[in-house]
Amino acid sequence: MNPVSDVAARAAEAAAPVAHSIPLYWFLVVAVVLFAIGSAGVLARRNALTVLMSVEIMLNAVNLAFLAFAREWGNMHGHVVTFFVIAVAAAEAAIGLALVLGLFRHKKSVNLDELTALRN
Amino acid sequence: MGFEQILFWLLALGVIVTSALVVLPPGGKNPLYGALLLIVSFFFMSGLYVLLFAHTMAVLQILVYAGAIMVLFTFVIMLLNLSKKELGDETRTIAKGVGVVAVVALAVKTALVIETQTLNIPAKPLPAGFGGVDAIADTLFHNYLVPFELTGVLLLVAVIGAVVLAKRTL
Repeated sequence: MNPVSDVAARAAEAAAPVAHSIPLYWFLVVAVVLFAIGSAGVLARRNALTVLMSVEIMLNAVNLAFLAFAREWGNMHGHVVTFFVIAVAAAEAAIGLALVLGLFRHKKSVNLDELTALRN
Repeated sequence: MGFEQILFWLLALGVIVTSALVVLPPGGKNPLYGALLLIVSFFFMSGLYVLLFAHTMAVLQILVYAGAIMVLFTFVIMLLNLSKKELGDETRTIAKGVGVVAVVALAVKTALVIETQTLNIPAKPLPAGFGGVDAIADTLFHNYLVPFELTGVLLLVAVIGAVVLAKRTL
């Protein structure tokens, strides 16, 4: 086969869209629902531990959206960003739980409404 | 409906129900139930990652999230052993209600918009080895080397910060 036409055929094949059995927007809808659950938890709950877990739910929703777009565009950058998000979530959980421990030691409570030391 | 689609709906339903129960009463009242439900939801989520051909990320999700982060959470919750009084009252204010309603409205609107907007995105074919360790390492060490090293520094700072914050006296 002529190498030039081979390259052209391969380029055409690479450009041709493929049909996934699960469309992109199904994953995005799940991600949006999870993000809404997480942000509702952050807004409505006053227990510091539940708020931290709601933040984890939100981070997971964003990861799902990144991976869904990575599959759609056929490149790996979304996976790498997800990797970074997981690393940052680990750091955030460690710091957040240390803060909760310090808060409990001072106030004997983990209720965020009682964190008014900087008010007035 | 194909097998993959049925699997998707089962996993999506599982992850949404367990995540909602983290925030709603069973988990919201007692953080330990919330943490255990969140671990279950991470397993459902890693199933969704597998459906997206993100095998490595599915394994990392269970190893790091369910294995490390949630163990830290359950450890702290059991260490504190909070009573009802220490958990504090969940006040119901108008501002909170408005916030939750706004979040739900925004989510419904976004879901409707993405359903119409993303249908036109042509899906590209997946390269060989998509989602495997090789492909991730290739992208990570060629395109994202500096962010990767900075992540290492971030984790070091987080460890030192956690030790300093949790110490009784400095």
